[in-house]
Amino acid sequence: METTNELKEITILFAGDSGDGMQLTGNQFADTNANFGNDLATFPNYPAEIRAPIGTVAGVSGFQLKFGSSEVFTPGDECDVLVAMNAAGLKSSLHKVKTNGVIIVNISGFDRKNLKLAKVEISPLEDDSLANYTVQKIDVSKLTQETLKESGLGRKDVERSKNMFVLGYLYWMFNREMKETVTFLNQKFGRKPEILESNLKVLKAGYHYGDTTETFTTRYNVKKANLPKGVYRSIMGNQATALGLIAASQKSGLQLFYGSYPITPASDILHELAKHKNFGVKTFQAEDEIAAVTACIGAAFGGALATTGSSGPGIAIKGEALGLAVMLEIPLVVVNVQRGGPSTGLPTKTEQSDLMQALFGRNGEAQTVVVAPKSPKDAFEAAYEACRIAVSHMVPVMLLSDGYIANGAEPWAYPKTSDLQEFKPNSPNPADYEDKTYLPYERNENLVRKWAVPGMPGLEHRVGGIEKEDLTGNISYDPDNHQHMVKTRAAKIDKISDNIPLQGIDQGANSGKVLILGWGSPYGAIKSAVKILLEDGYDVSHAHLRYLNPFPKNLGDLLNQFDKVLIPEINDGQLDILIRNKYLIPSIRLSKIKGLPFTTNEIIEKVKEIY
Amino acid sequence: MTFTAKDLVTDQDVRWCPGCGDYSILKQVQSVVADLGRKREDIVFISGIGCSSRFPYYMETYGMHSIHGRATAIASGLKATRPELDVWIITGDGDSLSIGGNHLIHLLRRNFDVNILLFNNEIYGLTKGQYSPTSHEGKVTKSSPFGALDHAFNPSAVALGADSSFFARTMDRDPKHLKEILKRGNEHKGASLIEIYQNCNVFNDGAFFTFTDKATKSGSTLFVEQGQPMTFGEDNKMGIKLDGFKPVLVNLNEGHSLDDLWIHDENDYMKATLLSRMFDVPSEGSMPRPFGVFYSNNRGTYETALEAQIEEATEALGKGDLDALLAGNNTWEIK
Repeated sequence: METTNELKEITILFAGDSGDGMQLTGNQFADTNANFGNDLATFPNYPAEIRAPIGTVAGVSGFQLKFGSSEVFTPGDECDVLVAMNAAGLKSSLHKVKTNGVIIVNISGFDRKNLKLAKVEISPLEDDSLANYTVQKIDVSKLTQETLKESGLGRKDVERSKNMFVLGYLYWMFNREMKETVTFLNQKFGRKPEILESNLKVLKAGYHYGDTTETFTTRYNVKKANLPKGVYRSIMGNQATALGLIAASQKSGLQLFYGSYPITPASDILHELAKHKNFGVKTFQAEDEIAAVTACIGAAFGGALATTGSSGPGIAIKGEALGLAVMLEIPLVVVNVQRGGPSTGLPTKTEQSDLMQALFGRNGEAQTVVVAPKSPKDAFEAAYEACRIAVSHMVPVMLLSDGYIANGAEPWAYPKTSDLQEFKPNSPNPADYEDKTYLPYERNENLVRKWAVPGMPGLEHRVGGIEKEDLTGNISYDPDNHQHMVKTRAAKIDKISDNIPLQGIDQGANSGKVLILGWGSPYGAIKSAVKILLEDGYDVSHAHLRYLNPFPKNLGDLLNQFDKVLIPEINDGQLDILIRNKYLIPSIRLSKIKGLPFTTNEIIEKVKEIY
Repeated sequence: MTFTAKDLVTDQDVRWCPGCGDYSILKQVQSVVADLGRKREDIVFISGIGCSSRFPYYMETYGMHSIHGRATAIASGLKATRPELDVWIITGDGDSLSIGGNHLIHLLRRNFDVNILLFNNEIYGLTKGQYSPTSHEGKVTKSSPFGALDHAFNPSAVALGADSSFFARTMDRDPKHLKEILKRGNEHKGASLIEIYQNCNVFNDGAFFTFTDKATKSGSTLFVEQGQPMTFGEDNKMGIKLDGFKPVLVNLNEGHSLDDLWIHDENDYMKATLLSRMFDVPSEGSMPRPFGVFYSNNRGTYETALEAQIEEATEALGKGDLDALLAGNNTWEIK
């Protein structure tokens, strides 16, 4: 008899070969659950090689998601369900599955060839190594072939649609409708009727397989989440970043220019922006990272909202140009979608190890503003805020996203255009300068200079990378002037703290025993951990920094309200160094440098250890 | 509001070495720019690093003295967003062909409508005398006491190889020709690369004397003009005819007439490449060094295509609606 288990939340991991369509399957499953009304978070994890060796552990592409009937902040630690399309997928992911968890395996991915490629001697399906799990063996490849035997499609095309069988089966297992995926397939394959037809057929076959077979009788039900009222959509981090830039351009009335050189994991920002030319967006795929950022400097000199995006290695070679932008005092937004480093490092893995680079990675005293999003949807607000600060304060702003945020997705109660904060460039009025000379480095109370751009009559002026005389901007080698200008540029950055929100507490009391101070993508793991710790009676709070330079004005006071400050980072302790340096407190670091995000449990364990 | 060359002089002292070829170029540029009929506020000079790159500080227009090798990329971004501006790039042989070589070729192939003035003095002047990418093999300098090993770059061949839509060569010591070429470059709709032989009288004095000195100039230089036969030398006695794709020297006093000669056609890419290959150090009986407009081709500019693409996209998709963009294609409501 069929039984249905009610569950609060489910973590599911899809693991298969790079060519098995795991990312698509995972995204479809996520979208369907989001539409149903669950909260969720996703985490794709795939190899850097486009065509990694088939069937090997190195070639495994994973997609993890957690969906639930209450708020979800991370893609989950341990998995309730693993879908393993081949032996390599099982081998690389088994350790993530909970005891008694469900493992759905594609039997044909465990033939001799696949076992050999995965370097597995005895098939785990044939010994007792999976005794602690509920294993559902399905010959997905064979069933897909059966379904499509009269389709006339070649073997390759048939093989390619087997992920739809799994997806259909999961929809049955989790009581979800197929309609979103049907719509999606129609959009994707509308022009290829045979492919569309076969995918739909296989999807339904998977669903009906669950329905008719009597082998597996447990279905699961995860109710709708009690999310705040509103209209939602699903959003990925890079997409949110792109939309934030467009929104800032539209609200400020400035033309958006995005100069970029393709690099993982930032390229999707370029792809997204390139689609929206009807917003007047000008994307420029430059010949290299230097040209990408210097083209932005030219665009900013001409009055555009100039933005560039890259990842750590690209930011490194943009360094000299960023120094020029600091020197010229022009608005510029630089998105760094951080990845594992140093050098080429781990291109498809996440890390937060470019914080010091963002703050100090240029020659000379060359401060920039640094802001960071905390989740995929938050990348929208962070990107918008980066633009606002850049334009209002005539400074380069570094937006520190990362691979985890960039490729993760979550539901987003998107804002209305009218709700976005207005901001305007600090433009001079040529009429004010009929009787006086325009001084390009004259400043207002925030030490911000006026943005005169070509085309403004009477305001012709020269700027450059050589130290400039105060006010006039002419070349100056005067010692006192240099010190004055260095100090002024730094003071201008400090003054931005008057124009950003004070640091708040995300969860927990305003003072107490332990404060977890985070920044960037560990937000979800910290949030989940603190929720559990509070329920268990621990005196712990969470503050999450959006602004890494300058820090919010009250940060020092806030840190002093706690006995201990724990700083978890996906790096070797970079924020910890900054906090210790600035506030002289013995903060405690929690470092993870595995190319992977924190699990909730890792945060909990560390809090218990230092408590 | 009209302005004269004098209105383009800034309050900054010009700091080039006395006798530097840059003075002559600055004077001619100011003269040409004053005659353009453009508004002064619509003119921008962008430079990189090097002696010549101080140039923008001496022009009372908008200007940027940027970083080494990047003026071309900076100008690309400016021109992409402000196509209506008149943009001039000031660069040298090290700035544009060594550290900035990549940006130069990409600007040329994209064909932004800018003027690039390449001050070629075949030496690094600002860093006090090292060989440059245009220095000849064997050149003895501070960094090559036993002679430079590098094979010299040929700027005209680089330009044509990158599908530059305009290439011309001129020299600091022929102000009339210089002025004429600057005008031609500015009139050209597209990227105009103008190589200017410029004498560095401190670190590489006389590098171009063969071409600029009265005694040798006529026999070692060929001033090409559109539709005109290629003659040079004393009394224009010498000519060049084409034997297939091979330029051959002929003497008009020895049985050859003007009708036999190669007629310059600046719209002919193949023939322009032949001119670019006339690059030997002139000696008795060798080819002269060509000056003038080698090549000019009015293919479309990048910024025009960019604007057109935006218009087409706007027509096809409708003017961007931010609220619709934020909502995307698939929303659901939680009540």
